[in-house]
Amino acid sequence: MNTLFDKIWDRHVVQQVKDGPTQLYIDRLYCHEVTSPQAFDGMRARGLKCFRPEKIFCMPDHNTPTHDQNKPIADPVSKAQVDALERNAAEFGVTHYGMMSKDNGIIHVVGPEKGLSLPGMTIVCGDSHTSTHGAMGAVAFGIGTSEVEMVMASQCILQQKPKSMRININGQLGKGVTAKDVALYLMAQLTTSGATGYFVEYAGDVVTALSMEGRLTLCNLSIEMGARGGFIAPDETTFAYLKGREYAPKGEEWERAVAYWQTLKSGDDAVFDKELTFDAADIEPRITYGTNPGMGIGITEKIPTSSIPSQGGEARALAYMGFKAGQKLLGTKVDYVFLGACTNGRIEDFRAFASIVKGRMKADNVVAWLVPGSWAVDKQIREEGLDKILQAAGFEIRQPGCSACLAMNDDKIPAGKLAVSTSNRNFEGRQGPGARTVLASPLTAAAAAVTGVITDPRELL
Amino acid sequence: MKQKFDIITSTCVPLPLENVDTDQIIPARFLKATTREESFFGDNLFRDWRYNSDGTPNKDFVLNDPAYGGCILVAGKNFGSGSSREHAAWAIAGYGFRVVISSFFADIHKNNELNNFVLPVQVSEDFLAEFFSSIKADPKTEVKVDLPNQTVTNLATGHSEHFEINGYKKHCLMNGLDDIDFLVQNQAKTELWEQQNK
Repeated sequence: MNTLFDKIWDRHVVQQVKDGPTQLYIDRLYCHEVTSPQAFDGMRARGLKCFRPEKIFCMPDHNTPTHDQNKPIADPVSKAQVDALERNAAEFGVTHYGMMSKDNGIIHVVGPEKGLSLPGMTIVCGDSHTSTHGAMGAVAFGIGTSEVEMVMASQCILQQKPKSMRININGQLGKGVTAKDVALYLMAQLTTSGATGYFVEYAGDVVTALSMEGRLTLCNLSIEMGARGGFIAPDETTFAYLKGREYAPKGEEWERAVAYWQTLKSGDDAVFDKELTFDAADIEPRITYGTNPGMGIGITEKIPTSSIPSQGGEARALAYMGFKAGQKLLGTKVDYVFLGACTNGRIEDFRAFASIVKGRMKADNVVAWLVPGSWAVDKQIREEGLDKILQAAGFEIRQPGCSACLAMNDDKIPAGKLAVSTSNRNFEGRQGPGARTVLASPLTAAAAAVTGVITDPRELL
Repeated sequence: MKQKFDIITSTCVPLPLENVDTDQIIPARFLKATTREESFFGDNLFRDWRYNSDGTPNKDFVLNDPAYGGCILVAGKNFGSGSSREHAAWAIAGYGFRVVISSFFADIHKNNELNNFVLPVQVSEDFLAEFFSSIKADPKTEVKVDLPNQTVTNLATGHSEHFEINGYKKHCLMNGLDDIDFLVQNQAKTELWEQQNK
């Protein structure tokens, strides 16, 4: 009761369906090429037009190559999907940021950076990492393709109201510990289903102190604990980030908006269905060792020997990864490093990576893919001179897209190879059939990239 | 699609693994289709567990074991975690499953199943364990899923459990209706909300 989640959700209720879900109004629908074509097809089959086309923004990101984007996509099936989005967007009159347009990038990177995702909004996309936009103080969640079609047709969705959870992280993060490590720590504590059925509000000193980029990373990973979404009450950090962005309100409207946004916080008397509190002092740089994001350890720890019943499939996961229970992962040889994805493809992530590799060289045994989350991030990398630092250390910056996070383009980790990845999922085959993924922060990825083995980034800071 | 749902009695396919994520149900490289080709997705259901890397069937995987069949999948806790891809529900439906029984479902995937007239039936941990042991003892064990009465019965033991589904969605499944029909019919209410919330 009286939580921020209640305030935003309740304001968007069009009606409560009898003995059923809520009809919820949606302020923003994002579409990418993978989960939208069947929704557009459905609209055509029913003879419907988009009810509020001006609230819908589309861009390809999953299939886009990370090199030679000015040329046609070589894979004909990927090309057909990217082309279909452009065609559908034109036919239905919705905004489309095509490949190579300066506005293109990963949808969850572009939305916040253009000021399209604003505090107090309801935001959906056919993508589970839509939870990212919760960092702006919005109720944002991933949906299926049938639900995408619902929103196209009516600007509404039918949903059961989730329960609410608050996670407080108090204290101060230690050197080399980032928002990514906080999220990986939470997943290990809660397991991948510990927050299923909930919307999570993140709070506490650590969260308040995070930059917008850090908050986006934290909220991005809410779904990996099973939560439908995660969000952070908007504050001065949020307002400073948004001011002047293309779609953020301007002038008097800005003043009015900020006055409203300042009311968007949970009441002192707010009651959550569940509340958890953690101490920043318990969090060190984190890595995963298994095949779901909850199977993680502190970088100096050993893989647990006792199987954790709530996780399941421990032995199967270790066999897939080629690891043994009781083993330390520090010093393990690394084949690939991936910096990017909607989790860690923002400017701060490139700054962090550059801070470690500056004055060092990429290890010869490592193939490194550095993929900015958007063309805007790419531009800022160059404006800040990070490209020079990275190039001097033997790294190349690729073109924006989801890339090796789910390997729908050519960026596939070969079978049996070990990747330290800043992405969000270490599922079997996620980065390519047979690929082995260790999830980590940009600092830990950079440390692996220059040493060629899993390394505690604190030793290089 | 839009197959009306009533009472289903069938043998089961057991998948006693926890945390089966949607990347396993349908790997990302099969998401490039631009149409709702359920047979294509069904053919690639559990692709990397079902087939060896050379494309031959993996004899150890349950879908390749002729002892098991039927239109009910019985899976371990936290089924359908991870990606929101509805292709996972299309693959399950395309293969021919009409019911998935588990002790816990991931939220997005559960909605995706319902929107494709596949019924997710959530049972207790103990009842799920009983299903697995009955099916192990006799692969021909039948299960009855009665949507009108919201009960699921292990016909080998005669034990039943009640399962939850909201009245609206139950009505949709039993009558072949979907949410888009409902929302389009309710556009006047949406317009009223917009006027009140300018």
